[in-house]
Amino acid sequence: MNQISAWERVTIARNPNRPKSLDIIPLLFDHFFECAGDRHYGDDKALIGGIAFFEGTPVTVLAQSKGRTLDENMKCNFGMLHPEGYRKALRLAQQAEKFKRPIITIVDTAGAYPGQMAEERGQAEAIAKNLQFFSQIKTPVITIVLSEGGSGGALALSVADRIYMFENAVYSILSPEGFASILWKDDSRVKEAAELLECTSYDLQNKGIVDWIVPESNKGFENDISYSISLIKDQIRNDLVKLNKLKLNQLLDLRYEKFRKIGSKL
Amino acid sequence: MNQHFDKRRERLNLFQALFTKPKTIKITEKELDFVVCPKCNKAIESSEIKKHISVCPQCDYHFPLTAFQRIDSIFDNGSFYEVYAKATSTGLNNFPDYLNKLTRYQKETSLNEAVVVGTARLNDIKVAVAIMDSRFMMGSMGQIVGEKITRIIELAHRRKYPLIIFTASGGARMQEGIMSLMQMAKTSAALERFNQAGGFYLTVLTHPTTGGVSASFAMLGDIIIAEPQALIGFAGRRVIEKTVKEQLPDNFQTSEFLYEKGFIDQIVHRKDLRNKLYQCLLFHKESK
Ligand SMILES: [Zn+2]
Repeated sequence: MNQISAWERVTIARNPNRPKSLDIIPLLFDHFFECAGDRHYGDDKALIGGIAFFEGTPVTVLAQSKGRTLDENMKCNFGMLHPEGYRKALRLAQQAEKFKRPIITIVDTAGAYPGQMAEERGQAEAIAKNLQFFSQIKTPVITIVLSEGGSGGALALSVADRIYMFENAVYSILSPEGFASILWKDDSRVKEAAELLECTSYDLQNKGIVDWIVPESNKGFENDISYSISLIKDQIRNDLVKLNKLKLNQLLDLRYEKFRKIGSKL
Repeated sequence: MNQHFDKRRERLNLFQALFTKPKTIKITEKELDFVVCPKCNKAIESSEIKKHISVCPQCDYHFPLTAFQRIDSIFDNGSFYEVYAKATSTGLNNFPDYLNKLTRYQKETSLNEAVVVGTARLNDIKVAVAIMDSRFMMGSMGQIVGEKITRIIELAHRRKYPLIIFTASGGARMQEGIMSLMQMAKTSAALERFNQAGGFYLTVLTHPTTGGVSASFAMLGDIIIAEPQALIGFAGRRVIEKTVKEQLPDNFQTSEFLYEKGFIDQIVHRKDLRNKLYQCLLFHKESK
C-alpha cells in the first residue's frame, strides 16, 4: 500500500466524494443526540458535538465537519473552526469527564479559521486550552483522523489515548501548497512538498504518533464505507475494553507519555 | 570590500526580520552607532537605547531583546544558570538546507537554538525560566525548543519553583513538519501536570508571539503579561487579509488589542517589568 505517493493521498483525502463526518457518525454510533453551543458566544457548526451510543455504551462524539453539499459547506465554514468550536468541544469534554463517558473525536479540517473575528475571540487561547485540558482529561479519548488534519486546528482535537488515521488521510503542519510557497515561493511544487511534509498515515505511524491505520477498501473508501467502518468498530471496542481496564492514574500517565516521548532527545 | 558589504547586508536582513516596519531602519556611516527608531523615526544613539533597556527614550518603542539581554534586565546579577545549552538539532528530517540554515543562525546569534532555559533568582526568589530569542529563525519552535521548554517545566515541577516563560516566536518551525506541531501538545501537557501540582506559571508575551507558540504555552499562564505593542495572534495578518478581504484595524493583533479583548492581565512597560514579576512571585510564595 506504500507505493501511493504522498501527493496522491492528498488528492484522495480531498476528493469531494469522500465520506465526511456527517456520513460516518450514524454508521459508527446509534441515537446521536446533538448538543450545540459553547455557552459563551455561539454555536460553531464546524464542530459537531453530542452524545450517542457506541454498541450500547454512551460516548461523547466531537467531530470536525466540512459538510457534504455547498449549503452544508457554508454552514460548517468548510470545517474551519472558530474559537467557539474549540470551546464547544471543551465544554462537552468536561461533561463527558463528569459522567465518565469515553470521548471519540473525528478530525477533518484544513486548519483553524484565519479570520478577524476568530482572532478577536481568542483562537490561540481556545486551541491552547484544549491541548492542555485533553492531555489530562479523566476519561478515555480516541481520535479518528478522517481525511485532513491541518495544523494546530486539528491538533486541538487529537490529544488522545489512541489515534487512528484513515489510510489515505493526511495530517500536517500546513498544506503542501503553503509549504511549497514558503519553501520555494512556488506553490505548484506541491508533489515535492507533500513528500517533505511526511504527512501520510504511514509517516505518522512510523513517528509513533498514529497508533492504527484504518484500512480503506480497494474499491475506494467512498465505494465501500462499511468495510472501514466495521474495522473501526472492532478497534474502538477492543481499545475501550483495554482503556477501561486501566486505573485512572495509569490512563493519564500513559497518555502523558504518549506525547512526552515525541522528540524527547536532546 | 565585498565581504564587508555581505556582512552589512546580513545584519540589515537580520534587523529587517526583527522589526515590524523594516523600511525605516537605517544604519549610518559609523555602523550601529545610531539606530533609527522604527516607530518615531528619530535617530537615537545606541548607548541611549541601551541605557533604557532597549526602549526608545522618545516614544517608548520596545526593541526586541536577545535572550541574554532579557536575562540581564530581569534577574539578579549572575544568578542565571543555563541548562541544556548545547542541545541542537541533528537533522531529524530531510528538509533541504535546514542544517546549513541552523548553523548560520548559530553563528549569527551565538545560540544553539531559539530558546534559552535555566534557573535564576529574582530578588532572591528562585525561578525556572525559558527565554525565547526571535533572532534565531524567528524564534520558531521545533523539536529542540519544545523539548527544552518541556524539561524546564518538569524541572520547575520537581523543584517546586515558579516558572516564567518569555515568548518571542513566529510559531511552529515548518522545516520540522509534524514533529514541531507535536511540541504544542507536549509542552501543554507538561504545563497541565505542573498546573495540577499547584505550580505557578507566568508568561511574558513579547514581540512577536504568534502561531503554534501562541496557541500553546504562551496562552496558558496563570498570569499573562505582555510588553507594549507586541504582535500577538494565531494566524498571520496577510493570511487573514486574504480570507476576509477587508482592511483590518490598525491595532489588530497587538498587545493592546488582546488586552482590550480580555486575553491579557496587564501590559507592562519594560522598565517596570522586573518589579511586576517580583510582585507576582511574592503572591505565590506559598504555592507548590
Ligand atoms: Zn521611537
